[in-house]
Amino acid sequence: MSFLNHYIYYIGAFGLIFIGLYIVLVKHNLIKVIIGLSIMETGVNLFLISIGYIKGGTAPIFSTPEIEAARMVDPVPQALVLTAIVIGVAVLALALSLAIRLYQHYGTLNLRKIKEQRW
Amino acid sequence: MRRIISILLLGIIALGITLSLAKIPFGTPKTKVGRYYIDKGVEETGATNIVTSVVVNYRAFDTLGEVTVLFIAAIGLGAVLTTGRRKKPERKIEPASLVLYTGCRFLFPLILLFGAYIFVHGHLTPGGGFQGGAIVASAFVLTYLGCRERRISERGSKLAESLGGLIFVIVGLVGLAVGGYFLMNFLPKGIPNFLFSAGIIPILYIVIGVKVGSELAGIIDNLIEESE
Repeated sequence: MSFLNHYIYYIGAFGLIFIGLYIVLVKHNLIKVIIGLSIMETGVNLFLISIGYIKGGTAPIFSTPEIEAARMVDPVPQALVLTAIVIGVAVLALALSLAIRLYQHYGTLNLRKIKEQRW
Repeated sequence: MRRIISILLLGIIALGITLSLAKIPFGTPKTKVGRYYIDKGVEETGATNIVTSVVVNYRAFDTLGEVTVLFIAAIGLGAVLTTGRRKKPERKIEPASLVLYTGCRFLFPLILLFGAYIFVHGHLTPGGGFQGGAIVASAFVLTYLGCRERRISERGSKLAESLGGLIFVIVGLVGLAVGGYFLMNFLPKGIPNFLFSAGIIPILYIVIGVKVGSELAGIIDNLIEESE
């Protein structure tokens, strides 16, 4: 039980990363591959946040005087993930726009069929 | 066959990661730099939200790079979608029902106000330019879904985006001219926990909020135009 207590966040984060990786490796539909990449990205963000966590820690904001600095979680991973989420949305939109163009060009989103076709 | 191979591959990767992660204890302080930011952040930057002081003061140059990545993604999306787009005959858009139309017109300014609140108070409360920008963009999603005949002007969003980037760089260059390094916090830091404090941090976060909001709204506009 203590094992779960210690590592549950790592297990969750890497679970998401592996689910995403499995989708990317196995599925043939391009939309599903993009969804898999998105799930992987969520897992990476969760992993970064959980690395910075401190047992019983508070958010690193001095909003009231009674918050003590010693119990704050690490702000650096949070700052990285904050920007990574918004960039992830933009990159996801870019990937979807490429999928739209591919569909218009080939008439299919199946990656195997796209590889077979030579214009 | 493909499935079995990929599951085997994932198993090998999982084994390696477990062996290395088992040595990293969960829930203990790991970086010295994070501790430094917490101890000295308020005193050095004037922002009570330490995450904000990391994003737009200590690592502001890095944030400029991230904003540029966002800009390039938006430009790339526009370039991919607009090349080869033929002029389609104007399709009649079915207007939304009265309840939906009135509801989204009522909510639109309130959501914009909330987004602006989030990015103006980025140095005091949880939030900031990126989150506030995402909320502003969600207001535009609402108008596209609810009042479908309305469109944001493409020139307006491009203008807001470019002005945002320009002001960010100009503030950085003024810091270079005044104090000797790029993006120096040259304004007075004020008293912590007041709205007008923390020097250039609120300015940069407002600029980032406007830029992110207009970029995400532009992305949505491009994608919706494509679907029609």
